[in-house]
Order: sequence, then C-alpha cells, then structure tokens
Amino acid sequence: MADIAVQTAEEGRDVARPGLLRKTFRKNLPAKIAALPMIATVLVVFVGCTIWTIYYSFTNSKLLPTGKFVGFDQYDRLFATSRWNISVTNLMTYGAMSLVLTLVLGFLLAVLMDQKIRFESAFRTIMLYPFALSFIVTGLVWQWIMNPTLGLQGAMRDLGWANFTFDWISNPRMVLFALLIAGLWQGVGFCMVLMLAGLRGVDEEIWKAARVDGIPTWRTYISIVLPMMRGVLVTAVVLIGSGIVRLYDLVVALTNGGPGISSEVPAKYVVNYMFSGGNIGQAMAAATMMLISVMIIMIPWAYLEFGGKGKRT
Amino acid sequence: MSTTATMTGAAPVSSTEPRGPKPKPFFTPKKIMLYTTLVFFALYFLFPLYVMVSTSFKTMPEIRFGSIFALPNQINFDAWVSAWTSACTGLTCNGLSPGFWNSVKITVPSTIVSIFIAAINGYALVNWRFKGSEIFFSILIFGSFIPYQVMLYPLVMITRELGIFGKLEAVILIHTIFGMPILTLLFRNYFASLPQELFKAARVDGAGFWRIFFEIMLPMSLPIFVVALILQITGIWNDFLFGAVFAGTHNQPMTVQLNNIVNSAQGTPEYNVNMAATVLTGLVPLIVYFVSGKLFVRGVAAGAVKG
Repeated sequence: MADIAVQTAEEGRDVARPGLLRKTFRKNLPAKIAALPMIATVLVVFVGCTIWTIYYSFTNSKLLPTGKFVGFDQYDRLFATSRWNISVTNLMTYGAMSLVLTLVLGFLLAVLMDQKIRFESAFRTIMLYPFALSFIVTGLVWQWIMNPTLGLQGAMRDLGWANFTFDWISNPRMVLFALLIAGLWQGVGFCMVLMLAGLRGVDEEIWKAARVDGIPTWRTYISIVLPMMRGVLVTAVVLIGSGIVRLYDLVVALTNGGPGISSEVPAKYVVNYMFSGGNIGQAMAAATMMLISVMIIMIPWAYLEFGGKGKRT
Repeated sequence: MSTTATMTGAAPVSSTEPRGPKPKPFFTPKKIMLYTTLVFFALYFLFPLYVMVSTSFKTMPEIRFGSIFALPNQINFDAWVSAWTSACTGLTCNGLSPGFWNSVKITVPSTIVSIFIAAINGYALVNWRFKGSEIFFSILIFGSFIPYQVMLYPLVMITRELGIFGKLEAVILIHTIFGMPILTLLFRNYFASLPQELFKAARVDGAGFWRIFFEIMLPMSLPIFVVALILQITGIWNDFLFGAVFAGTHNQPMTVQLNNIVNSAQGTPEYNVNMAATVLTGLVPLIVYFVSGKLFVRGVAAGAVKG
C-alpha cells in the first residue's frame, strides 16, 4: 500500500530518470528523509559506537584510544583485578536479590491491591512516587536515613534500644543490603503497576471456574493466574534485569562504592577507568563484558518473544 | 474503660453502649491483615519523603540532638534558601539554582526535539514503510537495552569532534538520541492503532507525507504526546550519568550538582541543606507525577510494553 511512489511538490521539480536504482531510492523519499535521524542513530550510535568499543577493548589504549592490538590482554587483566571481580560478585548478589524481591513484592502488592480495597489510588500513588524520582535523590535520602549516628540507628538508640544496629551502609558485609533497601524502594512500585495491569487482564471467568472447583485462592494465583501473566512477567524480568546491569547512579549517590570497594559495580568500574583512571582499553573490555551480560538477558527473551511466535498462532 | 468499670464493681457501662447488628463486617481478620500489610508498605514508601521534608526544615542543632522521626520545632526556611543560593558544589558556592536552570535548558529542547523526531519516525514506520525500515527499528529497540557505558566513550569523541563537548548542546543531543527508541515505539504503536482508512482517504485526496502528518496525524495524537512528554521530562530531569559526563563543569544539571553538594567531603555536612537540596531536585518530577496522575502510570506502562 505504501509502495506507491508519491510525488510531493518538492519532488516534482527534478525530472525523474527511468532507472531502477534511482526509482528505488526515490520511492518514499520523504519517509526516508524523515527517518534519517533514526537511521543515523542506529548506524552511528548503537552499531558504530558498540563496535568501536569492542574493537578498542583489544588494544592497550591508555589515556587516548590509540593503542596497538593486544588480543585478550585487557580481559586477562580485567579478570585478575580484584576490584572488577568484587564488582561482578556484587552485581550478581545484588541483582539476584533485587530481581527476586522486586518480582515477589511487586506481585504480592499487586495481589493485595487487586482485592477491591478502599483508597486504591492513594496506595498506588504512595507506592509509585519513588519511581518518579532520580536515583541520585533516592540514594541521598537513604544515605541520610542510614547514617549510623543521626539516622534510624541513632533514633532507635535514643528511644532506648541501646544495642539497635542499622549500620549497613558502613558495614562492608551489609552494604549491598543497604543498596537493596533503596533500590526496592525505588522500583517495587513500578513492578506492582505492571503486575496489577497483568492481573486485571486475567479473565473474570477463570476466577469463577476456580472458585467452582474449590481451588484455594492462593493456589489459583500461583498455578493459574501467574502462568497466564507470562507476558507481563517476561517484560518485568527483562526491564528489571537490564536495569540491574546498568546500576550506577544509585551506588554513586548512596555509597560511592564504599566502604573501601565493597559496593563497587561494573558500570562504575567502566566510568572510572574511562574518565579518571585513564585506561581506555581496560574500560572498554569491562564495557564489553557488560554488553555480553545484557545479551545473555536479551537473547532468550528475543527468542521467546519473536522466535516462538510462529508456533503459538 | 468499660472493663475497668465492671472490675471496680460499678454499674456495667458496656451495656449502655449502642449495640446492634453491624451493617456488614468490615473488620474481618482477613481485611485487617490486608490493610495492615498495605499500611506497613505505605509507611516504608512514605518514610523517606517525611524524613527529607522534615529534616530540611530543621536547624543543625535540632538535627544533632533530636530524632530523625521528630517534627521540626518550627518551620525554618534557612536551609532551603541556602540550598538554592549558596550551597557549595565543588568549586563554586552558588547553590542549586544554576543547576536548576541548566536542567531546564537541557530538558525543554531535548524533550521537544526527541518527541518530534520520534513522532515522525513512528508515522513513517506505520504508514510509509520502506525497505529496511523495520530492520532499523528492531535494532533501535534492541539498542536501547545496551548499557550506556558501552557507547559512552565513542560519543564523547563524537561530541568533541562536533565541538559541543562540555556544552549543553551535547547533553541535549545525547538525550535526544537515547530517548528515540522508547518514544518511536510509543508513536509507532499509537499510529498503528489509528484507522488506516483515514490515511488512505488523505492519500486519495492527494495529500503527501508532511501534509498528512501535520494535518491529520498530529491533531489526533494529543494523548500520546502527553504520555511521551511525561516520560521524557521525568527521564531527562532525573538523569545523572549523561549530565556528569557531557555537561562539563560549568553546565552541570541539577542532579549532578546535588550529588556534589552532598557527597563533597569538606567540613561538617549541613544535613538540613542537603535534604532541602534533595527535595528541590525531586520537586519537578514529583510535580509532574502528581499532576499527571493516571497519565504517568499509562506512560510508564506504555514505555514498558514491547511492541
């Protein structure tokens, strides 16, 4: 339908030469011109810059990206660096906890919200507003709340619990949980909204049938409703997962990687080596590893979403 | 009170209380559990907001000797004034106001430009497909999942070559680029849902690419424009990474300035000023959130759902 070549006023001026190549080019010319920013973004940024980064991860570039080709040296060095290994372990630990808890709490809250409760919109507003805020704001507020002397710990001690400890932010063993509290505060509401939309999409008949069969409510949720929300769940996992790989702002604001290097994350490793560490090759190798981890999340999703479509219909 | 009355042997007060069949049992154990859980979570979500706002109104002695739970003795705006005009961000001590205006100067053009480009892209993708258009679109959507760190350094080099690195233009360009995938997706899905007959009729009447866009598609797409507007304003305002990397020291947006104010380790931190600065930075997205209400939820959901 859109294949018919359109002659707009501007186009009409130049005389059309009957040539196949020219014809293909002229076809839909305004649309092609309009799509130029998108095409340029795809080619230059998403494809070009990514290839550039992968290429320079194989060089020994220091302050400037002009190094010579060194094969996998940067990767060898990367995996021999304790800061990188700690970053990866941190991200995996935080990521696993964050993904599971966001999904579980999001689903739980969505189920509670779906019980035809009063003040539903008030509860939803309260749960979602952190999502509107910057990670920097989130990080700084929780940094203040978790301040060992003046924050929650101090307040509870003043109230009489002399041994109350909530020093997670300055405790290398617990700092990831501090990140988790802030991260959940920011992201659970969004997950809840997604899940609630999924729940509302489940046919009322399913519920009636389950009730007739005498299946307990919790069982219906887990065995019937949850599998029916597969699409929403996959979307949530992909969004939360790719958000976790990007985790950066929150760490910068809440702990800045500390205490020591106990809350460093890969994204921060890349930025630090890129701009203050002056080791481009190393930063690029780390960035490539981030890319690979996103691919690992994305490829099964793409397969499920697009590969399986033929079979389902 | 009634139990103590019976225990002391006085007349049973409880019998005089109004009794009768309740209209419908509202306080069933299940309901109590339900609302207790919800209120518990609501407190978790509200607590930081309360702490932020109440701390910002306190004086420093009050913070040091008081509790984080306590309400301020009296509303004191000093911290707010200081956060806005004189708090130190790195080398300069002009408060957050320059950052606020930088954020405005970044958010307004990048929101407008990215929405406009995305609207045209979405329209072209639905009504004027050409060879390869769907492939470009697929790469665009996949590209949006690539961590920014992967593309950051080459983009620094490109903006440096263009002579805009360290200027507001660079930040605007970067936001326009990275806003494109999600917005194009939004507009593509919206235009695909409009009746195709409309487009065909306009074609028959001889209208071209731009005329159909400006005279038919644009007037019909107000709802999706509002959703895109909400997504972009909150997203760009809240950005930290691009502002920190591309804006240079003189054009820092508000989030970067805020982080500098709080996390620069010079002297005793003024917690009340820090919290006032935090509230100030969060104010714009919060206003957008509360004013837009259900539209924000729709925007978030639309941004999340893949086409």
